[in-house]
Amino acid sequence: MTVETLVPFEEALTRYDPVMGLEIHIELNTATKMFCGCPTEFGAEPNTQVCPVCLALPGALPVVNAKAVESAIRMGLALNCEIAEWCRFARKNYFYPDMPKNFQTSQYDEPIAFDGWVDVEVDGETFRIEIERAHMEEDTGKALHVGGSTGRIHGADFSLVDYNRAGIPLIEIVTRTIEVPPEKAPAVARAYVSYVRDLIGGLGVSDVRMDQGSLRADVNLSLKPKGSTTLGTRSETKNVNSFRSVERAVRYEISRHAGILDAGGKVVQETRHFQEDTGTTLSGREKSDADDYRYFPEPDLAPVSPSREWVKELRATLPEPPAVRRARLQSDWGFSDLDMRDTIGAGALDLIVETVEAGTTPQAAKKWWLGEMARRSNESGQDIHALGITPQQVAEIQALIDAGRINDKLARSVFDGVIAGEGTAEEVVVARKLEVVSDDGALGAAVDRAIEGDPDAAAKIRAGNLGVAGALIGAVMKEMRGQADAGRVRELILEKLS
Amino acid sequence: MSEPATGISRADVVHLAGLARIDLSDAELDHLAAELPAILEHVASVQEAAGDDVPAMSHPVPVDNVFREDVVTPSLAPEDALAAAPASDQQRFLVPKILGES
Repeated sequence: MTVETLVPFEEALTRYDPVMGLEIHIELNTATKMFCGCPTEFGAEPNTQVCPVCLALPGALPVVNAKAVESAIRMGLALNCEIAEWCRFARKNYFYPDMPKNFQTSQYDEPIAFDGWVDVEVDGETFRIEIERAHMEEDTGKALHVGGSTGRIHGADFSLVDYNRAGIPLIEIVTRTIEVPPEKAPAVARAYVSYVRDLIGGLGVSDVRMDQGSLRADVNLSLKPKGSTTLGTRSETKNVNSFRSVERAVRYEISRHAGILDAGGKVVQETRHFQEDTGTTLSGREKSDADDYRYFPEPDLAPVSPSREWVKELRATLPEPPAVRRARLQSDWGFSDLDMRDTIGAGALDLIVETVEAGTTPQAAKKWWLGEMARRSNESGQDIHALGITPQQVAEIQALIDAGRINDKLARSVFDGVIAGEGTAEEVVVARKLEVVSDDGALGAAVDRAIEGDPDAAAKIRAGNLGVAGALIGAVMKEMRGQADAGRVRELILEKLS
Repeated sequence: MSEPATGISRADVVHLAGLARIDLSDAELDHLAAELPAILEHVASVQEAAGDDVPAMSHPVPVDNVFREDVVTPSLAPEDALAAAPASDQQRFLVPKILGES
């Protein structure tokens, strides 16, 4: 492996402009596969959801899943695409053991949806991302690479393949080239993927879980020298498994390409794999003759020609567009523009919706998701949806606070316990002995000690300077390890010093 | 490739055989390099029969929208699924190493 010379991101942008293209693969949540009746449950035992069609046994004949076509059309409409009046599937021929047929059934020059757009927002500014196409295809199997040192495909001795995922309906959404102010490129890429996740999630056609692979993003990137109009050679980065990784992958590839170009080198057109731990990308496979996929129309499947009436019916099933929904939620919740921007930026809109539906006030829901949970997400690098805490659990914990049984500080410990799988919020509070003390006997003794320990503050409060009470409350809270009922402590201090 | 539409060179045949992972001997390559252009010419004569106003078909029968309902049907038992595999391990198909052969 050659050592890469990286040019710092900001410096790279002084000499080059990035050009991006994003491909998003979305696994549909249909009950069965694209071309056969095998189930699509995530996490089933290997090779238990396979049949002659998805294993490509001789003589097997695929038939299109009507629900998958319906979902594809609804997605196309949500992406503001045209829906094809007539289109076909095509065979994409390549040899790779994750596809038992030695071709992937996909669409080539006749995608079901094309010419769309979405508007995404970054720092209050709107960027239009043009969608070239959204086409139907099928997912591949999963290979486990054995041998070598790392479990990666590089250096493996052999691979073990599970075809449960082979044939699950996939929609691939391809953007046109994206050129935005260079410094915004990483954030726009992230915002686009996040937006598509929310949009498609809102349609209910996919679980859109990046951590489970039901939404996968590939980042295509090239650089062109400032002032030039000639596109550079692009790299395609795969294995980008979170919104944060999308942003990091764009930044890294800009630095890497700039390093190669500065040294007078040539960027190799290749697939690269994003490395979550280091934030770097590793060379996968060079583009070569083998990428001559020899597409041709799939002879085993009939063309798809959705009637305009059907398309119209499906358009009527679309939920309100995200921009409209956001405006409505912002007004319902009484959020400021900044609150709303932070919510979208953290990918927490639906989490807050669900938390509010579970009975929490919008302000409290915002406090937890944008404060505590966003912090945990940033620190661990995990998607905010994958922290192991649900909106319902957040609502339960807030309910305990509202009932005066715990306070905000103790709630953090309850979150720890719930995330660690110690049980429900209630069980964690009991097991970890987190309940606030509001019993006057225990509190009174602690208040007496605090007054004794800080006679100055006590004197000021006696003289009517109630603002100083905070110092004494703090001392009591410290002594009681945060488990005192702060409101009651304040009352006791004022009673004793009146 | 600057060959005429129906032309196919020996190098093209080598390339195609590589893509299809078919190991051909020199004699077979010579044979196919002569035979494939003849096949393509034959196909070209069929193309002449249809004018530009006749859309290309990928199906002998003009039928669209053949769908199935999204209803689960039984899958194979894993031991049956793996029965014909040359090798398997951990209830998975064992395949030779993927990278590093080119």
